[in-house]
Amino acid sequence: MGRIEARFRTLKQEGRKALVVYLTAGDPTLQATASLIPALEAAGADIVEIGVPFSDPTADGPVIQAASQRALRGGTTLEKILAMIASLRRTCGIPIVLFGYYNPLLGYGTQRFAADAAASGVDGILVVDLPPEESDELRRWTDPAGLAFISLIAPTTAPKRARRILRGAAGFVYFISVTGVTGTAAPRIEEIGHAIGKFRPMTTLPVAVGFGISTPAQAAAIAPLADGIVVGSALVRLIAETGQRGDPVPAAAAFTAMLRRAIDGEVADGRMRPPLPE
Amino acid sequence: MYGGRYAAETLMPALLELESAYRAARRDSAFRREFSGYLHQYAGRATPLYEARRLTEALGGAKIYLKREDMGHTGSHKINNTLGQCLLARRMGKTKVIAETGAGQHGVATATAAALFGMECRIFMGEEDIRRQAHNVYRMRILGAEVVPVAAGTATLKDAMNEAMRYWVSAVRDTFYVIGTTAGPHPYPVMVRDFQSVIGREAKRQILKREGRLPDLLIACVGGGSNALGLFYPFLAHTPVAMTGVEAAGKGLDTPFHSASITAGRVGVLHGNKTYLLQDEHGQVRDAYAIAAGLDYPGVGPEHAWLRDTGRADYVAVADDEAVEGFVALSRREGIIPALESAHAVAHAIRTAPAMAKDRIIIVNLSGRGDKDAETIAQRGEVTG
Repeated sequence: MGRIEARFRTLKQEGRKALVVYLTAGDPTLQATASLIPALEAAGADIVEIGVPFSDPTADGPVIQAASQRALRGGTTLEKILAMIASLRRTCGIPIVLFGYYNPLLGYGTQRFAADAAASGVDGILVVDLPPEESDELRRWTDPAGLAFISLIAPTTAPKRARRILRGAAGFVYFISVTGVTGTAAPRIEEIGHAIGKFRPMTTLPVAVGFGISTPAQAAAIAPLADGIVVGSALVRLIAETGQRGDPVPAAAAFTAMLRRAIDGEVADGRMRPPLPE
Repeated sequence: MYGGRYAAETLMPALLELESAYRAARRDSAFRREFSGYLHQYAGRATPLYEARRLTEALGGAKIYLKREDMGHTGSHKINNTLGQCLLARRMGKTKVIAETGAGQHGVATATAAALFGMECRIFMGEEDIRRQAHNVYRMRILGAEVVPVAAGTATLKDAMNEAMRYWVSAVRDTFYVIGTTAGPHPYPVMVRDFQSVIGREAKRQILKREGRLPDLLIACVGGGSNALGLFYPFLAHTPVAMTGVEAAGKGLDTPFHSASITAGRVGVLHGNKTYLLQDEHGQVRDAYAIAAGLDYPGVGPEHAWLRDTGRADYVAVADDEAVEGFVALSRREGIIPALESAHAVAHAIRTAPAMAKDRIIIVNLSGRGDKDAETIAQRGEVTG
């Protein structure tokens, strides 16, 4: 059993929801990313998505665009990200999903990427610009290597298409909660519940909801509708702001712990906000 | 294989809907008649195929014809495509259109078609291009379009397209994205090619009438490649007709400052399609440069990638200096100020014609007029009174 599946199974047994966090690799530095991952796991994250920075992130809002540019300026490459994960894997067992765009993988070489990512301890991949129509050219290598190919369902995806996507899905299903790019709009709870209800019976995989969840209150409200929630831009913004002045780890860990408590139902304070400096 | 539909899931249903709507429209003779009507009554087609006698004489070789897309409404070939796409948008019930633009020619052409059909129009344009092409920014605003400045990246065409795609993701339910070149996710490359191929169909008819035979060589500039494909496509089956696409070598192919994706790029995926791209060894897309803002794009239409690989067309690159020489030469010899984009094609004709026999025929696609470039030329100080 892979780490992703095992983690969701444990959570289900405990009656809890998964907290998936997103970090842009190399922002502010790859070393910082390496220390953030175990710290966020200790603070309650179940799965970490490592963003592979790309020059043209057309599905991302301003926060992750800026993080990607900083990471690229700092010399972050896929090689270095995989080396960081491999080294982290000696002590850290959190499921890791690489999140990004196709061209850096193509540039690395799809066959070589599949072998190296699996050997480094990557568990899943999520390639935002690789819909099922185009994914065979990558999956012919990554599926046999044991990398879960995580599929996206959007608010615009019709049931017939969702069925097709879910036939080939692995790991978990990523439901995009807003019609938009990452981190720019607040999700509407009712619509999400309705949409998930429609495709839920089509799959046995866990469903995680992301794009636009930025506060513990939203996390608490959305978690019951799915098996997990993803928080990206809010965390990336916090890391960017605290990282300028020093170590981003304490603030990021504190925010993650707040999200954890919120989705575990330990606090239900709608006024709770991430500890952003004003 | 080139092309494809490498797009975010949120956009996939819209792309599939667009494909079926376009297929139906293409089969519908009423749609074709309507499109053709606008091309003739509104955009001023057919554009002339003009024999450039003084340029031909000066070069002493092949006879040069110019396909005068610069004489069409809005001053470039871009109007062919925007009329087609806005008609399709209307047919699909979309009331809002968006577009990216580099030089502003596609932005102006989209704003024009949107005004004509009473649509809300938003144009994404890099801040650097807004500065370089102020004249076209005013034209778009006069036409009622909102020009949205894009500060990301190098603030040029690639970034404008990124931002247009992001906006489209958030507004996809009621908004039609009018892509300006033969790039983007399927069906855009095919659709833009079809709308632009009126250029080649006319040129073929005109040259047959004039010369009683097909030309020996077609020359067109290639940024994304829409004017070139528009000219080339109807001639593809006629194998004796050679075709050359001219990319921008900028400050030189040995520098980072060029836009020669085919000549100096590698296969990759950007903006929804697989094609030749300017990129580093890590798959990060490089910034393109060209003196002509309309060529300033790090990718190229996937059909050009295929034409290059099959050898049906060949691709060369012309540097800034040589393009400016072409610009001046055509202005002085023929009284036609070409767009700096088209001047790259003119420059290659100047390079090629002298070595060809006098009974050979070249058609150069003069894709746009050069009023917008007067300031760029003035700043170089090469033309003095």
